[in-house]
Amino acid sequence: MTLASTTTQVQTLLDATALGSIYGLMAIGIGLVFGVLRLVNFAYGQLIMAGAYALALTQDWSIIASIALCFAVVLGLSLAMEFAAFRPLRRASPTTMLVATFAISYLLQSIALVRFGAIGKIVVVIPGLTQPVTIGGLHVRWITVVTILVAAGVFVALTLFLRRTSIGLQMRAASIDSDTARLLGVRANAVITVAVLVSGAIAALVAVILPMAVPERILVTPDYALRETIIVLVGVVVGGIDRLLSATLGGFAMGFLVGTLSGFLPSSGSWPFTSSVYLDSAVFVLVILVLLLRPEGLFTRSRRSAVERV
Amino acid sequence: MSTPEPAPLLELRGLEVRHGSVPAVRNLDLDVRRGEIVGLIGPNGAGKSTTLHAIVGAVRPSAGDIALRGASIRGQPPERIVRSGVGLVPEGRRIFAELTVEENLRLGLAGRHTKEGAQEALESVADLFPVLRDARKRQAGLLSGGQQQQLAIGRALVADPELLLLDEPSLGLAPAIVDTVFETLRAIRDRGLTILLVEQRAQRTVAFADRTYVLANGELRMALLPRDANDTERMVAAYFGT
Repeated sequence: MTLASTTTQVQTLLDATALGSIYGLMAIGIGLVFGVLRLVNFAYGQLIMAGAYALALTQDWSIIASIALCFAVVLGLSLAMEFAAFRPLRRASPTTMLVATFAISYLLQSIALVRFGAIGKIVVVIPGLTQPVTIGGLHVRWITVVTILVAAGVFVALTLFLRRTSIGLQMRAASIDSDTARLLGVRANAVITVAVLVSGAIAALVAVILPMAVPERILVTPDYALRETIIVLVGVVVGGIDRLLSATLGGFAMGFLVGTLSGFLPSSGSWPFTSSVYLDSAVFVLVILVLLLRPEGLFTRSRRSAVERV
Repeated sequence: MSTPEPAPLLELRGLEVRHGSVPAVRNLDLDVRRGEIVGLIGPNGAGKSTTLHAIVGAVRPSAGDIALRGASIRGQPPERIVRSGVGLVPEGRRIFAELTVEENLRLGLAGRHTKEGAQEALESVADLFPVLRDARKRQAGLLSGGQQQQLAIGRALVADPELLLLDEPSLGLAPAIVDTVFETLRAIRDRGLTILLVEQRAQRTVAFADRTYVLANGELRMALLPRDANDTERMVAAYFGT
């Protein structure tokens, strides 16, 4: 193996790690809300889409103002979802809530289509971060390094938040047994609102990172981040939706797998696993195999009656 | 001129609770005064636990009223009722097995109406249950049944409730541990708390409480005093309506 090919492989693995980090962030956002609400938020990608449009439409603003607007839009939309849909459906079945998030997802896509059209809008957040840097012979883009560090930082910060703060502890308790938590005085609505906001903040962060980290995501369209959401939802289920850590690892694993296969497989070929043309097919074949072999999740321990979900 | 008797801490008036179309509690009147230990006994399905659930807002009454310090709390969410000074030790303890003992106790602080005195409340519970202090970093699910019951009681106490509701605290415990639980309840009463105790151990509860109500088929059948505990005929009549 030549040095050049080794370098390319390491670069591919780094890019795959960055993609896994983005998917891991999305899995945290989805997993947090699932933990306290038992709600699989299919509309999570549309939060990212809204944030990306906010960035695209303010390209002439200062970077800080543009990013601040992105966060404001996504957090506002997250709160709107909570108050207009999630809260009225609090006692509804998980199926009803899932279907409601499908409806919200397609509603937001339709609104974006009517308002902004089907032609994508270019979003360039921080151009300097897309430039390469040479580290020990590796040509890595700054955004790759930043993405990995940001995802690790978010995970550590969230872990500290959940373990060290009262509201974090209450969030963990509500995710295990919300009825008992309420009987102890835990304000369920406050805890859920905090979870929705943290999840929204992570979506805004992904909206900032995604257009820089994934070149084909530089164009914002109404279905922006939809494919990523579907893959992450699958990753969350494959990893184990019952725990935030396993869900996050599932999301990361899917991103890493997609990134690795697309990097290593040739762009032509007539069979799955021989060509990146069949990337999604190959990934979902693996997903089916994992679910058949470990239906409780790839990263979960043995089945338990009660588990800590966040 | 005699001073008027203060309003009971807890009043149930004509309370009715239904599980679907099935009545679980029917026309229940019940008072609990400050500083009392009041027992609630009866056979399985009598409506004892349902009564407690209605008081803390976990189930919605279909009729009647529940008043705390003279003000209605009917229809309020559980978290507001708990923050008003009502603590619950639920049946089966319902501790958070994956969290540590310390985290379980800290969760109980959510029921306090003020953050002031939280540390003192934790210390006070640790004094009452030294085993919890020693095991504070352990996963709560690894404690013995008796220790878990102490944790469930301690978790309710750190909220500094005025009224403590206990739902079968001796359930599933060895006789020696049951003795400890009742001793603990006496110690808690000595601290000035008011207790409403739901129990299956009828004779022991009647002997222990200031007054004990007997429920059957969701209705109040009679009230017993400690002196009735050894009156076998009266106890049997209370349970079987003979």
